[in-house]
Amino acid sequence: MKVRSAFVSVALMVAGASLLVGCATGPQELRGTGDLGVIIERERGSLKIVDSTRFEILHRVDGLGDLSHATVKYSRDARYAYVFGRDGGLTKVDILRGEIVARTVEAGNSVGGAISQDGRLVAVSNYEPGGVQVFDAETLELVADIPSWVREGAGRSKVVGLVDAPGHKFVFSLYEAGEIWVADFDVDDRASPEIRRYADIGRQPYDGLITPDGRYYIAGLYGEDGLALLDLWDLDGGVQRILDGYGRGEEPLPVYKMPHLEGWAQADGKLFLPAVGRHELLVVDPNREWREVNRIPIHSQPIFAVARPDGRQVWVNFAFPDNNAIQVVDVVEMEVVAHMEPGPGVLHMEFSPRGEHLWLSVRDENRVEVYDTATLERIATLPVETPSGIFLTYRAHRIGL
Amino acid sequence: MGGESVTRGRATRSRRGGRAWWGLALFVMGALTAPLGSLSAGEEISGERQERLIHILRHECGSCHGLKMRGGLGPALTPAAIQARSDEYLLETILQGVPGSPMPPWNAIVTREEAAWLVEQLREGVVK
Repeated sequence: MKVRSAFVSVALMVAGASLLVGCATGPQELRGTGDLGVIIERERGSLKIVDSTRFEILHRVDGLGDLSHATVKYSRDARYAYVFGRDGGLTKVDILRGEIVARTVEAGNSVGGAISQDGRLVAVSNYEPGGVQVFDAETLELVADIPSWVREGAGRSKVVGLVDAPGHKFVFSLYEAGEIWVADFDVDDRASPEIRRYADIGRQPYDGLITPDGRYYIAGLYGEDGLALLDLWDLDGGVQRILDGYGRGEEPLPVYKMPHLEGWAQADGKLFLPAVGRHELLVVDPNREWREVNRIPIHSQPIFAVARPDGRQVWVNFAFPDNNAIQVVDVVEMEVVAHMEPGPGVLHMEFSPRGEHLWLSVRDENRVEVYDTATLERIATLPVETPSGIFLTYRAHRIGL
Repeated sequence: MGGESVTRGRATRSRRGGRAWWGLALFVMGALTAPLGSLSAGEEISGERQERLIHILRHECGSCHGLKMRGGLGPALTPAAIQARSDEYLLETILQGVPGSPMPPWNAIVTREEAAWLVEQLREGVVK
């Protein structure tokens, strides 16, 4: 009996010890990543990984560099987040373990990123030196370098509005040069993509978007009232101007912050675009030759206009000094149906994949709020230091996100 | 690079560009008539307001010039980067903006004294 009980206790001890080891080193439970997301902590240079079902913070990851204007793309398995920092840093984060798995710093000053259709390439757009650098998504080794020459050898242009497009393409705009470039990586040697340039698209493109179907690329112009449209199904057709002269010669207001087109809003078959220097959303109908079909008066100058996934609502946030407010536009009524003031510095909004919740960051009060989009009630608050971008993992499977 | 081709878009007009001259004229007038007196007005600005101004500098200015003032869509504003610029030039640029560029006039947000104080903070590299 004695021997037997000693044996049992040893066995129990071994089992206990292995349980402890299991807890310390391995994942505690199997789980998917489909309801996870990351939130940028802008000033601290870190991010928080959140569970969007339980409204919980799972991890914080530090050491990501300068994250002003940072953006995030996901690997196609939605396990890894690629974080693009302002200082040219590109970091690959394992969101299940909350760890950095790779990091590279190539350019001096970056502003955007994209992941290729097949998930094998990650592209970074740079201000300084201007261009696009393309990395292997697995290792973050440099694959291709595309300098954005204004003219060969005559200085580089800042690159804005970088997106992925079907056919292993990246599309982007050149700010000083006023061009759109399409880089085609469907080639034998991915170090030498086929580049197609579209010149004279308009003055100072400041951002770009690709429609959710991956067909149209649109660059917003700062230097002119209008947008430049490229139909990726008809690359020989060239770039056309849409919404030309939407300001109708009126003096624009001072623009304290450039609008973002990346959070495109396509709803009810129409596109809702932030107007530069105006308190308006511009509504265009792609099926009616991209004509303006409406313009919606709003509280202040819009930064993001994002559509709820079902397209019934468009939520808008605003430029400084009105960045304490948000408004909800009803797409059927074509007017503002709700005005809310969540707090100072509302920088970004993100819908849950099916649109029942909206997450928003309140930078100056170090919190992220979650709203119920049907009742417009606040249902959760999470502590996040100077939060900016919120990126849920559904983005892994969307063109242009 | 592999192959490269260029497609020309249609000729463009410049609406904002057309207004640039008007803005530039204002800018020059502003520069000429600006009092070139004391730029050290820090003591007249309350501590709370100074904190707010630094916050604006870091976050609102920082959205173009970088959280650490190392540049972005707008140029770097580190002490080294602005060494060659006069206080008056920086002051007027903050107040009047740079016509034809995304730099807006901030005179609706900050006073002349506050802009002068901000120039001092940039010189000292306070935000980094």
